[in-house]
Amino acid sequence: MSVKYAEEYRDPEISRKLAEQIRRISRRNVRLMEVCGTHTVSIFRSGIRSLLPDTVSLLSGPGCPVCVTAQQEIDAFISLSRIENVIVATFGDLLRVPGTASSLERERAEGRDIRMVYSAFDALDIAKKHPDREVVFLGVGFETTAPTIAASVLSARDMNLENYSVFSAHKQVPPALFALMETAGVQVQGFILPGHVSVIIGTKAYISFFEKHRIPCVIAGFESGDILRALFMLISRIESDKPQLENGYPRAVTFDGNEKAIKIMYEVFEPADAVWRGLGIIAESGLEIREAFARFDSKRKFGIRACESDVQPEGCACGQILTGIKTPPECSLYKKICTPMNPVGPCMVSTEGTCAAYYRYYE
Amino acid sequence: MKTDKILLDHGSGGRMSHQLLIDTILPLFDNPILSRLNDGATVDIQGKRLAFSTDTFTVDPIFFPGGNIGDLAVNGTVNDLAMCAATPLYLSVGLLIEEGFPTEDLEKILKSMKAAADKAGVQIVTGDTKVVPKGAADKIFINTSGIGLIPFPLDIGSDKAQVGDKIIVSGTIGDHGIAVLTQREGMDFDSSVKSDTVALNHIVKKILLRTRDIRVFRDPTRGGLGTALNEIAEKSGIGIRIYEDKIPVKGEVAGICELLGFDPLYIANEGKLLVFVKASCAEMVLEGIKTDVFGKDACIIGEVVSDHPGKVLMETRIGGTRIVDMLTGEQLPRIC
Repeated sequence: MSVKYAEEYRDPEISRKLAEQIRRISRRNVRLMEVCGTHTVSIFRSGIRSLLPDTVSLLSGPGCPVCVTAQQEIDAFISLSRIENVIVATFGDLLRVPGTASSLERERAEGRDIRMVYSAFDALDIAKKHPDREVVFLGVGFETTAPTIAASVLSARDMNLENYSVFSAHKQVPPALFALMETAGVQVQGFILPGHVSVIIGTKAYISFFEKHRIPCVIAGFESGDILRALFMLISRIESDKPQLENGYPRAVTFDGNEKAIKIMYEVFEPADAVWRGLGIIAESGLEIREAFARFDSKRKFGIRACESDVQPEGCACGQILTGIKTPPECSLYKKICTPMNPVGPCMVSTEGTCAAYYRYYE
Repeated sequence: MKTDKILLDHGSGGRMSHQLLIDTILPLFDNPILSRLNDGATVDIQGKRLAFSTDTFTVDPIFFPGGNIGDLAVNGTVNDLAMCAATPLYLSVGLLIEEGFPTEDLEKILKSMKAAADKAGVQIVTGDTKVVPKGAADKIFINTSGIGLIPFPLDIGSDKAQVGDKIIVSGTIGDHGIAVLTQREGMDFDSSVKSDTVALNHIVKKILLRTRDIRVFRDPTRGGLGTALNEIAEKSGIGIRIYEDKIPVKGEVAGICELLGFDPLYIANEGKLLVFVKASCAEMVLEGIKTDVFGKDACIIGEVVSDHPGKVLMETRIGGTRIVDMLTGEQLPRIC
C-alpha cells in the first residue's frame, strides 16, 4: 500500500475562508454533533473550535467504537483472555479500556496471550500459525471495519480453519442516530455524518432517518477543509430553515455505498439488538454472526451470554457525554480522577474518545 | 498513579515513564545531579567537567530501514552526551543476547556499531556480554554508556529556556518511529521511510562554534517532539508556542500517521536535535545546522512566551490554536 498525503484538502487558505464565512452567516445558536471519533480528533487537532463563533457549539456523538462498547462486553473480552489456550487478538485501542476490575493491558501484564493486530487477517494468520491454540478476534467497530472482519470469517471457512473465531460487538450507525434523537435531553440541530462509515453504507442509508426527523445532515471527510465545509453547509441550512441530507464527501462517498462490502458484511452478520454505552439497548443496531457461521462465533463457541444491560462506572458521565448532553468538563471525574493515565470511562481511553480529546487539546 | 504491575506504557517515554521516575526512582536515588533529569549527567572531576550517560536499547524489529539496534545504541548515547554540550569520547557496550541468536546477525550489529562509533568519533573501550536462555529475552538488548568532555562551561538544560528564545528543530520529525512501525508484523505498508538514526555531536559542534547563547539541547526520542517540548515548558516554567506549518514532517510520515490515527508530534526520533537559543542568535544557529548534511531541513518552529507557563500551544495550519500535551501512553492504532 502506498501512502499519499491528502494535502489539497487541507489548503489552509480555503479553511480560513470557510471559517470566515461561517462567522459571517451564523446568527442562531446551534448545537451540531459529529458522529465519528476521527472527526472529533480532527476538529481538535486542527484547532477548528477556536475559529468558530460563539453561536456554534460542537458536540461529539457516539462515534468512537471503543467508547460505545458496553462494560459487560469488555468484561467478556477479559474473561476470554483468561481461558487456557486462548490467544486474544485485538485492535490497539481496546487494550486500555477498563472493564469492571481489569483491562486487557493489565491482563497482558499478568501473562495472558493478548496480541495487538492491525487487521482481522493478522488474527487469521496467528490462527494458521498456531493450530493447537484458539484465536479469538475482538470485532469492535462500525460498518467501516465489519466487512473486513466478515471477509476474515469467509476465509476461515474456505480454509476450514477450526481455531479462529470472532467476538462480534459491531454496531451500525443509522440506528444510533434514531436512538439519539429519541433520548431525553438530547438537543442537536444538525449532524456531521461519518466519512469512513458512509463510504461503505452510502448516502442512502440515512434517508429514512432524515425523512423522519428533518434535521440537516452532511457527510464529511476528515481534512479541516472538509469539516469546515460541512459546518458551513449545516449552518446555511439551519439559517435558511431548509434541512437537507447532503454528501459533503463526494470524492469518497457514493449514493449506494460499497455494495460488495455490504454484501459480504450481511452474508456473515445479521442485524441484532445491541447495547451501546450511554444509549442502552438499540433495536437492530448490532451485528451478530449468522447461524450458518456459528463455528466462527466466539460467543457460541465459549458460551458467552449476550450483553443485556448498560452498566457504567460510578460517577462516570460517558453516557451523557456520548449523547452530547454533557461536555467532559461537566463530568465530576474529568481530570480529577479520570485521566488518560487512569481512565475510568472509555471516552478517556480511546484516542478518539471525547474526554481524551478534551484532555489533550482543550484548555 | 502507582500501578501494582509495570505496564508497557511505563517505558513509552511519556507521562507514565515520567511518573515512574518521580514516584519510584527519584525518591531513592535523589541527588542534585540526577534531579536535573537531563539526557545525561554532568559532573566535575578535578577541574574537568564531564558528561556521563547511559541508555538501553530494545527495538522490534532489530533490523529496520535506515539502521539496526547496533547503530541506534551507539548514536543514542553519543546524542545524550552531545545534548550536554559535551564532546563524546568513550563508550561501553553491554550485550544481552537470547540463546540461539544467529551469529551472523550479531556480526552485522557489531559492524554497524563500529561504523557508527567511527562516524561519531568515539571509541568503544569496554564491554560485557551475557547470554540468557531462549525466551528469557527477545533476541538482543544492548546497553551503552558513555563519557564526554565538556570543553567550556555552558549553562544549558531543560530548565534553562527563557522567554523570547527561539526553538529550532534540525529536520523532519517522526521518521524513526514510523520506519520501525512499518516493519512490524502485520503492517502492510510499501513505505520508503527510513530511520533517522545518526550522531548529532557534529551538528552540536557547529552550533557551539557560532554561539554559546544556547539554553537547551534535546534529542526528542521516545515520546517525540511534543513530549520533549512539554518537559522543557514544565521544567523551565515558561510557555511554548509552535507553528504547525513550520514543523517539518515528511509527506509519507504524515500520511501513515493519518491512517493509524497517530500524531507525528509524539513519534520517536533518533537523529533530530531540538535547540532553544537566544532570539538574536537563532538565524545564525539555523544556518549552522543547515550546513550539516543531516540538518538541511532545519526550521525555526516556534518561540518561548510568557503566557501559559508550563504549557505548549500550537498555532494550526488553518490559523486555530490547540494545546500540545505530553504523550500519555504508547500511541495505539485506532479501529477505523
